[in-house]
Amino acid sequence: MSRIDASLPSRFSRRSVVEVLREYAIVVSFLALLIILSATADHFLTWINLLNTLESGSIYGIVAVAFTVLLIVGEFDLCSGAIYVFVGIVAAKLQPDLGTWPSLGIGVVAGLGVGIFNGLIVTFLRINSFIATLASSLMVVGIGTEVTNGFQLYIPDPDFAVLGNEKFIGVDYFIWIFFVFVVIGGFVLSRTKLGRWLYATGGNSEAARLSGINTRAVRIGAFSFSGFAAGVAGAVLISRTGTAIAGDGLADVLFPAIAAVVVGGTSIQGGRGAIWRTVLGIFFLEFIRNGFNLLEVNPYYQAIIQGAIILVAVGADALSRGTK
Amino acid sequence: MSDSASVGGGPSRTAADGALGVVVRGISKRYGGAQALEDVSLSVAPGEVHALVGENGAGKSTLGKIIAGAVAPDAGEILVAGRPVHFHSPRDAIREGIALIHQELQLVPALSVLDNVFLGAEPSRGGFVDRARQRERFAELAAHIGFRQSPSVRIETLRVAEQQKVEILRALVRNARLIVMDEPTAALTRIEADRLLEITRDLRDHGATVIYVSHDLGDVLALSDTITVLKDGRHVKTGPARGETANGLVTAMLGRSMDLTFPPRRQPPEGAPVVLSVKGLSRPPAFEDVSFDIHAGEIVGLAGLVGSGRTEIARAIFGADPSTGAVEIEGTRLQPRSPGNSIRHGLAMLPESRKDQGLIMVRPVRENVSIAHLREVSWHGIIQAARERSRVAEVLNSVDARAANHSMAISGLSGGNQQKAAIAKWLVKTPKALLADEPTRGIDVGAKRAIYELIHRLAEQGLGVLLISSELEEVLGLAHRVLVVRSGRIVGEFVGKQINEETVMRAAFGETGMGAHGDEAA
Repeated sequence: MSRIDASLPSRFSRRSVVEVLREYAIVVSFLALLIILSATADHFLTWINLLNTLESGSIYGIVAVAFTVLLIVGEFDLCSGAIYVFVGIVAAKLQPDLGTWPSLGIGVVAGLGVGIFNGLIVTFLRINSFIATLASSLMVVGIGTEVTNGFQLYIPDPDFAVLGNEKFIGVDYFIWIFFVFVVIGGFVLSRTKLGRWLYATGGNSEAARLSGINTRAVRIGAFSFSGFAAGVAGAVLISRTGTAIAGDGLADVLFPAIAAVVVGGTSIQGGRGAIWRTVLGIFFLEFIRNGFNLLEVNPYYQAIIQGAIILVAVGADALSRGTK
Repeated sequence: MSDSASVGGGPSRTAADGALGVVVRGISKRYGGAQALEDVSLSVAPGEVHALVGENGAGKSTLGKIIAGAVAPDAGEILVAGRPVHFHSPRDAIREGIALIHQELQLVPALSVLDNVFLGAEPSRGGFVDRARQRERFAELAAHIGFRQSPSVRIETLRVAEQQKVEILRALVRNARLIVMDEPTAALTRIEADRLLEITRDLRDHGATVIYVSHDLGDVLALSDTITVLKDGRHVKTGPARGETANGLVTAMLGRSMDLTFPPRRQPPEGAPVVLSVKGLSRPPAFEDVSFDIHAGEIVGLAGLVGSGRTEIARAIFGADPSTGAVEIEGTRLQPRSPGNSIRHGLAMLPESRKDQGLIMVRPVRENVSIAHLREVSWHGIIQAARERSRVAEVLNSVDARAANHSMAISGLSGGNQQKAAIAKWLVKTPKALLADEPTRGIDVGAKRAIYELIHRLAEQGLGVLLISSELEEVLGLAHRVLVVRSGRIVGEFVGKQINEETVMRAAFGETGMGAHGDEAA
């Protein structure tokens, strides 16, 4: 026994250096960026600028919250971008007949439905979730194109624009919605049995199952949540723009969402991560964009730097598990 | 044969063109807390079949792998043909002419026989694989060992016995002059095994040395020239196979081990109620028609060789794998048979592999301990942090698991403390019965002793315990009653004074089979 215990500290300390780096890298980077930008850019630390940041980060932020949950449970959802677009098409198609709120509601339910479908095929057919959701996203895009014949739908009704454009206490509705997703997602993950089930399933599915957890149900639940969140984000989008056109939503919503989650430090290997990380990730990436614009940095460089940041985040994650 | 045990630098050099001799000196190897090999010295003469035998966990496979470069020893030296060598990988060993045929075959299922045979050793011409030369060489070697399948069929379509021949071909293509075979007949039918023994003899007769790792004493006696017995990672004896009997080997394999002591057994009270009842449980081909009862306070050992179906039985009882038959906890039939339902009725399982099945390594100690009984520490689905903290601290304390910080990842604990935590997780709500599969695997002696005491204490508190262990002594030293499994069936039950190594081992190996092979060899 003594021999084991003696060999522990050295191994543990080396591991924990990587561990601590991975754990708090986003916090340190976020604060550093905040300080630098406040000092160098004049209009950075203002209420208006904060609201602007939230305005551009909230819609994909809703998707990012769900994506965080999905990564924690050890899965991936490439379909949520397609759902996001598809929900807008459904709502725009139904709005003239059913009115604004029922059509948006049905759109969100459709998103939820696709999410459940994804969960079922991943758990029961045991298809890798990356491939399964890639396939289902192609199907969803195809259905959207078929429904619209490839044309753009336009809903001029001012009632339809409420969700995406009205404010409550000076803050956009959809920022409040994002806020609700963050609070509920954060609470569920950190304080509830369901949260523990999600972490356990993603951390070690077999151990979770042998601890009495219905890991299939947990996975299906995570996919359903992802579909639902993409649906809500899609409903916000269609209401905000009034126009819908078939597409996969990858560049608009899914990629920024994935980037924020990963940069925040949620492990792509499952079992580790948190909603607050994703929130910091969103702010971090938005600040970079925002700050670069204020500093008038060439947009091409912005993309390169963002890509590099994601690589560093994922690399740190791999490193923390790769050291045996 | 014993004269060859003193092969030093000089004589074996002459054999360098043919078979290889190997001498190992003072080899030690430790896995985590477990000493797999301790100061083992051994000499393998060129051109002999040298068997390594011993119980599960005796260290025979590890020794074989060290000689073939698949495992690096912590201490000691290896001399090949009299020269000291340092293998960092199996590639280093193959360069010296030593090949390993693994217990789990190491072929690429989707590639053809030919590709597998030449994988990594492709004869080439100007950077391109020379197919024609490959086929020629393949045909020659295949005829030699009697491999009749087409070289272009995919590995995954072959039977295990044929795949094994492909492994042997792989070794021959690399000009192996010493082949280590690790439990080669374990997955074969009798006829296939006999054929493999023939091939092995033939390899020897054509100038190869074979190190044959097996727990099948019949095969060993029928095949080998020299037999080495290992026990608890130590060398027990090496001697000629001629004149050796299965009986003598078993006695040598058992011996008494020094460093394990068991706490005194207290009998469960007379007429204690049945807590766990298993009726006609089947999951073919793993096991069939398994029935037994465990009473409150009773420790029942499930003994048997690796692969006999012990673990599968425990998993099926717990509902981790589907099976037919019935499981009752205190008379209540479990329906459905899922881990969740088993846990709700008071059944707990400590799985075979702590790392893969028991714990969630990336999560904190605390979460690992509370995960199976979150209901105990939550209110309407919300975790009550203070209650969880104190309950987890309490159970970890009760099993004497030492963790400085319950919020750190459980991977940071020592193996022994991890295992204690894995047991503690089932004590958050006291279960009725515990299925403990390899409860002391990979932990050091001190922690082992602590876990033995813990198992006793749980039994005294009225739990029924099913104990599975590859270390027979553990089963013998802890259990009130021992069930022996062989080939998926319970073939023996021993109580009280009937429990001894001899009877249990005989039942586990299968008395008749062992006798018959013994006669064959004599």
